[in-house]
Amino acid sequence: MKALLIGEYRQGKLLDTTYELKAFADRLGADSVMLLVGSDADLPKYEGRLYLADAGKYGEYNPDLHKQLVLQAVEKENPDCIVFVHSSYGWDLAPRVAVALKAGQVSEIVALNDGAYEVNACNAKLRRTVTPKGGLAPSGACPLAVLTIQAGAFSPSGEPQGAPQLERLELSGTASAIEFVGYEAAEQKGVDLSKAEIIVSAGRGVGKKDNVPVIAALASALGGELGASRPVVDAGWVDHSHQVGTTGQTVSPKLYVACGISGAIQHLAGMKKADFIVAINKDKDAPIGEIADVLVVADVMQFVPAFTAKCAR
Amino acid sequence: MKILVCIKQVPDMESRFRPNGDKTWYDESDLAFRMNEYDEYAVEQAVQLKEQLGGEPEITVLSIGPERTVEAIKKALAMGGDRAVHIRDDRYYQKDPWQIASMIASYAKGEGFDLIFTGMQSQDRGSAQVGVIVAELLGIACATTLVGFSYDGGTITAKRELEGGIKGVAKLKLPALVTCQLGLNTPRYPTLPNIMKAKKKEIASLTPAELSGEAELTATAAIYPPAKKGGGLVLEGEIGIQVDRLMGILKEKTAVLR
Repeated sequence: MKALLIGEYRQGKLLDTTYELKAFADRLGADSVMLLVGSDADLPKYEGRLYLADAGKYGEYNPDLHKQLVLQAVEKENPDCIVFVHSSYGWDLAPRVAVALKAGQVSEIVALNDGAYEVNACNAKLRRTVTPKGGLAPSGACPLAVLTIQAGAFSPSGEPQGAPQLERLELSGTASAIEFVGYEAAEQKGVDLSKAEIIVSAGRGVGKKDNVPVIAALASALGGELGASRPVVDAGWVDHSHQVGTTGQTVSPKLYVACGISGAIQHLAGMKKADFIVAINKDKDAPIGEIADVLVVADVMQFVPAFTAKCAR
Repeated sequence: MKILVCIKQVPDMESRFRPNGDKTWYDESDLAFRMNEYDEYAVEQAVQLKEQLGGEPEITVLSIGPERTVEAIKKALAMGGDRAVHIRDDRYYQKDPWQIASMIASYAKGEGFDLIFTGMQSQDRGSAQVGVIVAELLGIACATTLVGFSYDGGTITAKRELEGGIKGVAKLKLPALVTCQLGLNTPRYPTLPNIMKAKKKEIASLTPAELSGEAELTATAAIYPPAKKGGGLVLEGEIGIQVDRLMGILKEKTAVLR
């Protein structure tokens, strides 16, 4: 089996998630080649063939052109599967490649289950195994498939090594339906949660903005910082600078207290490295329970004030 | 301007889920259904654009699913959609993103939509494929994961959410499709007069057989609850006892409580 891995490059830098693609190919037991729209200045450490296209010419975000580049590599390599990270780059580009090849796509693979692809459903409360069908891959071994893998689900086992054999890709034209304008930097971080030893975070389960001070009071009683999940930030209850998760800050405190946070993957990705995790949630089945050291099954607005009073004593 | 908004009706994600009889999907009995959250942003953005353009655009709402789907369609009409198409399909959950997108594209092909809004993904399946596939099948420009949208003179400026709080800005010319992410806008609540008005709006009904006969490209082999990793302690019962036990555990297991 051969996998074509599509690396990621942003703001002039190779993204580390690129190495998770190789880890996934290893887990599959597949040979691999890689494609990157990037630059010679920041090449991945990789033992194998790397199709390199110039991001200066083809853009960092230009799915029309990147699709054509991927299709060129597909033609040269005849892979059995094409693997992306399930990221803002991957989920945008992968279906375009799948349609062009009329290949089935399996999105956000979290594990391999007897060689079958396992994905989440219903906010990670269920798992599905998904089988690509469709037309056979050029090797005839299996259906040709486009795969995206969940960021963080397949970690490289060691330091990546090797120098890739470069093969350059060019397109004859650069006409595209999309014009990339530029990046907007993350908002100025008012609070640096990455250094906090204790974080107490508020999630949608706190109910309303007026209840946030109750969570903040526990944070200060413990001598920690206030964190928040994304829905709470989007609702304007807590400033973005407190947001923990994929689109906020990644934290690794000694104690993380998740108050009314169900545990969306994007949030877990930002806090699962905490030494000790306490979750307070009225839903015993909430996904946060999967990673919490202690799950307190209770109404946040009843439990937290009582616990704060105990801490203050 | 002709606008299409694609919506899906999904279960409330706070529900408990269990596999159905043949273990290919979840059991729908006892579940409360509502409009997919991301699709609410799509409807809201379409209605805001219609308002910006003085009410000129016509908004068509499309949904695929069984009888109950009409409730989500009615909500979208009450939010400001003009008319709707319900592709009535009791076996919708057995169709993969390719088949769903093929049906939508097959309907949209003859209609000449200038702009299509979809959610970035469904909350139950979470594949994040359908919108992009529709755009590719129609051969129109597409950008995903929008947290910002503006329109001026045939060009969309799309602000995409990237990882780590960064955003990417891109311009697309119509015709185009965009997929909407949490944070794009705050969906309005339908007012009572608008709910009444929506009752009079047209909901055309189609069957899958009238659209695409594409075969699936992926199939669900099985659906099951995730394996419990265990390890975590679950504290239930009376609040006072929970407080005492948690305090004891934190003092014992962490070095942060002095």
